Amino acid sequence: MAKNSEGVGGLKYDAGKRSWPPEMNVFLALVLIVVAFETLGRLFIGDSFLFNSRADLDTIFNEQRLQIIILQVSIVGIIALGVTQVIISGGIDLSSGSIVGATAMISMSFAQVAMVNGNPNPKAIFPDLGWLDLPVIIPIVVGIACGALAGFVNGALIAYTRIPPFIATLGMMVSARGLAKWWSKGNPISFPTDSFASIGKGMMPVLIFIALAILFQLILTYTKYGKHCYAIGSNEEASRTVGIKVENHKILVYMIAGILASVAAIVLSSKNLTAQAGMGVMYELDAIAMTVIGGTSLSGGRGSIIGTVLGALIFGVIISGFTFMRLDAYYQEMVKGVIIVGAVVLDQWRQRRGGAKG
Amino acid sequence: MSDIVLKTEGLTKRYGGVHALEGANFELRQGEHVAIMGDNGAGKSTFVRQITGVEVPTSGKIIFDGKEVAFKGPLDAREVGIEAVFQTLALADDLDVPSNLFLGREQVKFNLGPFSILDFKAMREATRKALERTAVKIPSLSNTIRNMSGGQRQCVAIARTATFASKLIIMDEPTAALGVQETAQVENIVRTLKANGEPLILISHNMRQVFDLVDRIVVFRRGRIVANLNKADTSGQDVVAYITGAKTAPEYADAA
Repeated sequence: MAKNSEGVGGLKYDAGKRSWPPEMNVFLALVLIVVAFETLGRLFIGDSFLFNSRADLDTIFNEQRLQIIILQVSIVGIIALGVTQVIISGGIDLSSGSIVGATAMISMSFAQVAMVNGNPNPKAIFPDLGWLDLPVIIPIVVGIACGALAGFVNGALIAYTRIPPFIATLGMMVSARGLAKWWSKGNPISFPTDSFASIGKGMMPVLIFIALAILFQLILTYTKYGKHCYAIGSNEEASRTVGIKVENHKILVYMIAGILASVAAIVLSSKNLTAQAGMGVMYELDAIAMTVIGGTSLSGGRGSIIGTVLGALIFGVIISGFTFMRLDAYYQEMVKGVIIVGAVVLDQWRQRRGGAKG
Repeated sequence: MSDIVLKTEGLTKRYGGVHALEGANFELRQGEHVAIMGDNGAGKSTFVRQITGVEVPTSGKIIFDGKEVAFKGPLDAREVGIEAVFQTLALADDLDVPSNLFLGREQVKFNLGPFSILDFKAMREATRKALERTAVKIPSLSNTIRNMSGGQRQCVAIARTATFASKLIIMDEPTAALGVQETAQVENIVRTLKANGEPLILISHNMRQVFDLVDRIVVFRRGRIVANLNKADTSGQDVVAYITGAKTAPEYADAA
């Protein structure tokens, strides 16, 4: 079929005029930022950001740095996959960081070993019940159930009481953090079983992140669920009029976001070999930032998982770049804020330009 | 009497103390195009909301296709074959044409509940056929609604309605916000539907359009039907007189 035979009713459409996918802009931004750090590095500290500069290693790229970049964003990236779906369907989720904290505590309680160096586990949460040395599937299932429950509460509040998602998830953010602290009276929970510890070992977080990203990119593109996410974010009233069960869909979206936050919690506590009540503080904002930087519109209806993965990489490159430039960590946070605001400004500008065309 | 598609008997809707619609008796025959006219607040849209299931009437009967129906929601009305183009269009701006056409009733290749895999190819083909049947002109099916003109949006909404309405199409002021050319395009679609013998209820303020397109004109005033006129037996002046209340048809005398 010829490229311009798309139209119906004798109208022709110039295929060349079609704008490229918005992810392309995010990708270009990523390339630009890498080039900027590369240039700055060579100019000011005489080192390469991207390429290997050590004589004792036989690689083209600085693989260690690349690994760190992707490893440090992959756990928040898993959360961002859920946040992306929430934002595309017109909501917002502020509770994911706290869900990480609560889930890590609860799930780790079911992943503890009985004996540490020949002595009974001093940090055991359920020593009397004998819930120690459990098979790894139990903490995983418990963790995911926690995330799903928290997401269900978020979704049900938003769908049925019609309160703004901002408020519902803010409430969950505060409550879940409280639960995380109350669970072990503020004490860290440690000594997981070897099988649990292997979940977040090495590059496992990256593999889990990539696998989930591919899964949800496919789901958002090819399934009814994905189509309805975009439809509801684009025009909720219309979606209701044509018979989409908007309430059920919202509950499902927030449950998926909660489940992804709990997966992040399991991976994180496994990687750190411990769970603390303060885990995941500010993760929700980092996840929202990755999503927005990746081109997902805060007003809903537009965005993609690929964009969010690219957004996460931009995030990682910037943090790593600042460390590479030996800049203070304080600068990182300040610049992070500027980038988030900048991404939203860009989105607004793009929307206004898009609207003027219509 | 089997050719009566839709009949309402004493259809009434009150919002608190407001009598938005009072005892409406209405009939529509197979293949007939009827216009509903009246001033703002005369009860036209209220009437449409009752027969499309958007609202539940306070009292009265709706008989559709020979059977009495009681719609609990818009989906019920759609299931029996009534489709409406609402003034708000009910389109998702960020989706393309096939997605909007099939919004809420997507065709699936593989059923996995909410995660059912969509059959894009079939929906695209069906969209193309639907647009051809209604003679709608759209430059590109994969373009999002956001990038379309008001007329094109209207056409997509109408095409959706015409595709799925197996028995009755209702249009609520389809050309209110359109330019001259776009209005002509929408009117052409209506003519195509007439030629295909599909019954239609058209709400419009445009006298010229009404006289061009329909067979019969029903006038609403202050929540009541005040006239039921054959196009051939009436004139624009006449209709205006009924709308403003200068005249009332004898059989509806008690309504004035």
